[in-house]
Parts: sequence; structure tokens; C-alpha cells
Amino acid sequence: MSDPLGVTVGPSVYWYVTRSTGSVALMLLTASVALGVLDVGRIATKRVPRFLIDGAHRSTSLLAVVFLAVHIVTAVLDTFVSITLIDAVVPFVGSYRPFWLGLGAVAFDLLVALVLTSIARRFVGHRTWRATHWLAYACWPIALLHTLGTGSDVKSTWMLAISLACLAVVLVAVCARAIVGWPSRLGLRLAALGGAVVFAGGLALWLPQGPLGHDWAERSGTPAQALGSSPSKERVPVPRQDSASVYSKRPA
Amino acid sequence: MPLELRINWIKCDAHGMCAELFPELIALDEWGYPILDPRPIPPELEAHARRAVAACPTCALALERVPRRPR
Repeated sequence: MSDPLGVTVGPSVYWYVTRSTGSVALMLLTASVALGVLDVGRIATKRVPRFLIDGAHRSTSLLAVVFLAVHIVTAVLDTFVSITLIDAVVPFVGSYRPFWLGLGAVAFDLLVALVLTSIARRFVGHRTWRATHWLAYACWPIALLHTLGTGSDVKSTWMLAISLACLAVVLVAVCARAIVGWPSRLGLRLAALGGAVVFAGGLALWLPQGPLGHDWAERSGTPAQALGSSPSKERVPVPRQDSASVYSKRPA
Repeated sequence: MPLELRINWIKCDAHGMCAELFPELIALDEWGYPILDPRPIPPELEAHARRAVAACPTCALALERVPRRPR
């Protein structure tokens, strides 16, 4: 029997699960932001009434928390780099890419705050709930920076395509949110649009020399022993016999 | 004791989701604010009423057990 939970050497199943749940969580958060904007814009048609959009917004957010829980637990269980449960909740204290992993912890904490205040909305009160809910617009960009800063698939076309598509969706959503109800609270709207432009522009400048540039693994703070064991210095999944056999040697 | 829907008119912002989810006893006026059917909620429709209450974006809708009014 091969070992499906990856105690064997080589890329463990945990690591594959961490990467996949991370990218799915990014897409779910993106969907949640977009649905939230549709929700607050009171968009509805005869076929798609408001409660459907609102329900989808709630469900995708909850699903994102579930995926993030798996993302975190598998990252902790994967023994290739040492990430503790504390690193996943308390930002910037870990040993593996502390800043970029810390951003993930910040985004997760924000999301948990958003979800808990939403579940307890009746007790929190509408005003506090709404004020907390603005944090969503901080949560998403921080989550994207975490994806780009720690993700080992960022250089692959599919992950880059997912990230850029998510960015495009959220930029459109933020623009739509800023336009709905124009021109009341104009300063806030202009600040939102300005923030979106600065964030997108910053990414365009940073990506080529950051995660897409040379030696990002070292520069982002990967511990030396994790760097040494992979010849390409990035954690590129090398399909080795022992881990590949988990999938290929099952009876048909 | 029968259940009754209550609306906090200060909180209500005419989102209209209650009427989408519980059209049996909630209609909307021309500005999108709810008009409640004054009848007590039949037990078989209680689940729908609860969904409408849970969906209210401003927590303006509540479900209350009310003692029968004296005649």
C-alpha cells in the first residue's frame, strides 16, 4: 500500500491539497466580493431575485472559510516547511516567508471577523456589522498578495491566469460599487477608485521583479533547508515515483 | 401562542427580500416597503417566515410570539 497522506519523501499529498485549496479559496473570495457588490447594488431580475444573490454571497463566503481551514491545516501538516497553526492566525511570526505568510494570516483573521459578525448580526447590530463589512475590501487584496507572495504556482500560466482574472473581477466590482449611488460621499468613492488603480499599478510594477523574477524563493524568506532540497530553488512539484504511485498504481 | 411578523420601520430600508421569500403573507408597496398580512402565521408556513427574517439585510423583520389579543 502506498501512503496516501504523504508521510513518504517527496511532495506530499498535503502540499498538493494546500495549493489547490488556496487557489480555490482565492476564487471563492473573488466570487464573494463580486456577489457582495451585486447584493449591495440591489441587482435583481425576475429569474434571479435578490435573495438568490444574497444567499450565494453568504454561501460562497462560508465555503471560502471551509476551504481556508483545509488550506491551513494541510499547510501545517505538510512537513516540508515548518508552518505552525499559530503562524496561520498570528501574522508575521513564522519562519517560512514570514511577511507573505503573515499576509495570509491577516486575510484569514479579517475573513473570520467578517463571517462571525455576519452570523451574529442580530446581536452585533446593523451599524457595527456594516462597518466591519468594509474590511472585506482590505481582506481581498491582502489575500491576493499572500497568494502571489507564497504561492509556488505563481509562475505557471494557469495560476497567473486565475490571479489576473480574479483581479479583473474585483476591479470591475470595486468600480461598480463606487459608481452605485454616485455622487453621495464622493470622497470615499474617489478614494476607492484611486485605491484600486494604485493597487493594480503596484502589482504591475512589483510582479515582474517580485514573484515572477529571479530568486523570489530566497528573497521572500524561505528557510535555507527548504531551499536546498529543491534544485530549482522554487518548490516545483517534481513527480517522483513514490508520490506519483499514489495516483497511478490504483487498480482501475 | 401564534407567531407574528413585526417590522422595525426605522431599520427597514425597502430591500424587499422578505416579500421574495415569504409572499404568502408579505407584499410590497409601490416604494418597496413591506405590507404585512395581519393574520397569524399558519404553522406550515413558519419555516418560510423564519427564512424571510434571517434574510432581512437590516434585521428589521422579527418573528414574535404574541399572546392572543382580548376581544
